[in-house]
Amino acid sequence: MTQKNEPLKNLSTHREPRSGLRTLWVWLASLALVWALDFWVTDQLDAYFFTILMYAGINITLAVSLNLVNGFTGQFSMGHAGFMSVGGYVAAYLSTRYQAETPLAFVTALVSGGLAAAGAGYIVGLPSLRLKGDYLAIVTLGFGEIIRVVLLNIDAVGGARGMTNIPPLTTFGWVYSVVVVTVFSAWRLVNSSHGRALLSVREDEIAAEAMGVNITRAKLRAFVIAAFFAGIAGGLFGHYLRYLNPATFDFNRSFEIIIMVVLGGMGSITGSVVAALFLSGIREALRPLQEITKIDFRMVIYSLMLIILMLTRPNGLFGTRELSEFLPAWLRDRLDPKASRKST
Amino acid sequence: MIELIQHLVNGLSLGAIYALIALGYTMVFGVLQLINFAHGDVYMLGAFIGLYVSRHFALGDHPSLGNLIGVLVCAMIGCAIVGFLIERMAYRPLRKSSRINVLITAVGVSLFLEFSGQLLFGSDPKFFPQIYKPEGDWTLGALVINPLQVMVLGISLTLMALLQFVIFKTRLGRAMRAVSFNHDLASLMGIPTDRVISYTFMLGSALAGAAGVLVGLTYPKIEPLMGVMPGLKAFVAAVLGGVGNVVGAVVGAITLGLAEEFLVGYWSPNYRDALAFAILILILLFKPTGLFGAKRTEKV
Repeated sequence: MTQKNEPLKNLSTHREPRSGLRTLWVWLASLALVWALDFWVTDQLDAYFFTILMYAGINITLAVSLNLVNGFTGQFSMGHAGFMSVGGYVAAYLSTRYQAETPLAFVTALVSGGLAAAGAGYIVGLPSLRLKGDYLAIVTLGFGEIIRVVLLNIDAVGGARGMTNIPPLTTFGWVYSVVVVTVFSAWRLVNSSHGRALLSVREDEIAAEAMGVNITRAKLRAFVIAAFFAGIAGGLFGHYLRYLNPATFDFNRSFEIIIMVVLGGMGSITGSVVAALFLSGIREALRPLQEITKIDFRMVIYSLMLIILMLTRPNGLFGTRELSEFLPAWLRDRLDPKASRKST
Repeated sequence: MIELIQHLVNGLSLGAIYALIALGYTMVFGVLQLINFAHGDVYMLGAFIGLYVSRHFALGDHPSLGNLIGVLVCAMIGCAIVGFLIERMAYRPLRKSSRINVLITAVGVSLFLEFSGQLLFGSDPKFFPQIYKPEGDWTLGALVINPLQVMVLGISLTLMALLQFVIFKTRLGRAMRAVSFNHDLASLMGIPTDRVISYTFMLGSALAGAAGVLVGLTYPKIEPLMGVMPGLKAFVAAVLGGVGNVVGAVVGAITLGLAEEFLVGYWSPNYRDALAFAILILILLFKPTGLFGAKRTEKV
């Protein structure tokens, strides 16, 4: 749907990453690196940059997971913040209720939050994924709002007052472990046969159906997985900020995630990561301006950026390309220009 | 019984305002198959244009019906220009792109209007001057009817009748119907489709502008984000009636206005904003073409 007249990059020229789990060591190494950095970052880094880094990590998780739906499956969901809030609230409720602050308890709370969000994703997705394009966008937006209104009216989690005294369990290590796991899962998913089913749904639903892809199930799968990771991101967010309020998860939050996906390129995990980092940074860079003028420029700039992006470069920064596709070629070009010219 | 009639009156006047906004959605969807997300924000701009015009001429000092009509006309013209510009600058360059891209642009335009509205007008609510103040309430036994609500209903119905006239009795209307029936075929028949689309945007936006002024009159607090919810609800109303169908939009909007009023009156105001979305989800599940919509078959 997104690039109808272009060659199907992810489908045809995309090389299967070295088969099986042979790339697993890269990911395990990144996990180890994250935990090694954890001590250094927490001790040494300026508290301000630390905060930015934490939100950037949470945003990466959100953007990559939303990209599975909006980018790879081509279904425009606008309610990602809703799933984030479900995960955040469930996780926060569990850890405040049981006063458990061990790592194991935290993981349990996060995963429960993720599963609850995935459940919400299933309930939301089952009826609405039969719809297309604009309708789906509005229905997911509507569900996001309904989730918010329901949370506002649940007194056990504070209602409109918000939920306070959530234990501060989120650390650098947790946030970036989740980032690594999310990116890894998304990467493996997209390059699996299930992932190719998702891409085929994006390119042409009718053709995909004719080839035996159960399109509703494929969409639902993407939706549920995306909601799961959004829920975990919500849990991290709640345990970092130590306060949750339904108003945080309104449409603007969903929109922020959408613009990360669109800016990075719908269908590029690399793009989502880069855009999430960039936008989390720019948000802070704009803060001085905002303090002088007392006006929130951020959304004006985001929205203008979105319009201009669509008019001039609708595929975003990376289109559907990934780092692993152009980095090797680029490196070869730099190191040995002659050889690469010969080969191409 | 009295309570019921009271809710009925309130619901009707709320529904009439939704209807004015929903008409714009439905017309634009008819000619472009595009959900113009920014439509709710055009309605917000209508209210603000009304506010600044009335302030500038100090119309609040001498409330009269003439003032109201003058302000309405100004807001409608202003919004028509805004609608024209939006279509020209954001949507027309994307006529050939995929629908997702246009959708994203529409969301972008909507947020741009909302937040640049906050920059321009400030984010705190403004008080809309009383440019038209009818004498006292009409009482009928225990029933109290605010003549303002009747006025809102009357003006809305007049505008809708005008629109109906334009669509079914003029050359422009015929061209609009042709474009919405089949864009390419219409252009082969020598209809300047781009111009017709511009006119459609202008008409729809003008109605939204009128709705903005009427809302300012009845609920006199206006702020830059006021268009979000009514915009979405009007969209729901348009879907309820069958997107692309003018009569359907009005019926859907009035149904939604009544449903909302009864929900608030008899149950709880907490779920007011969720109701519209629940209706939307139900209607899309069970009758996606809406109450009056024509069925479209999809061809490969």
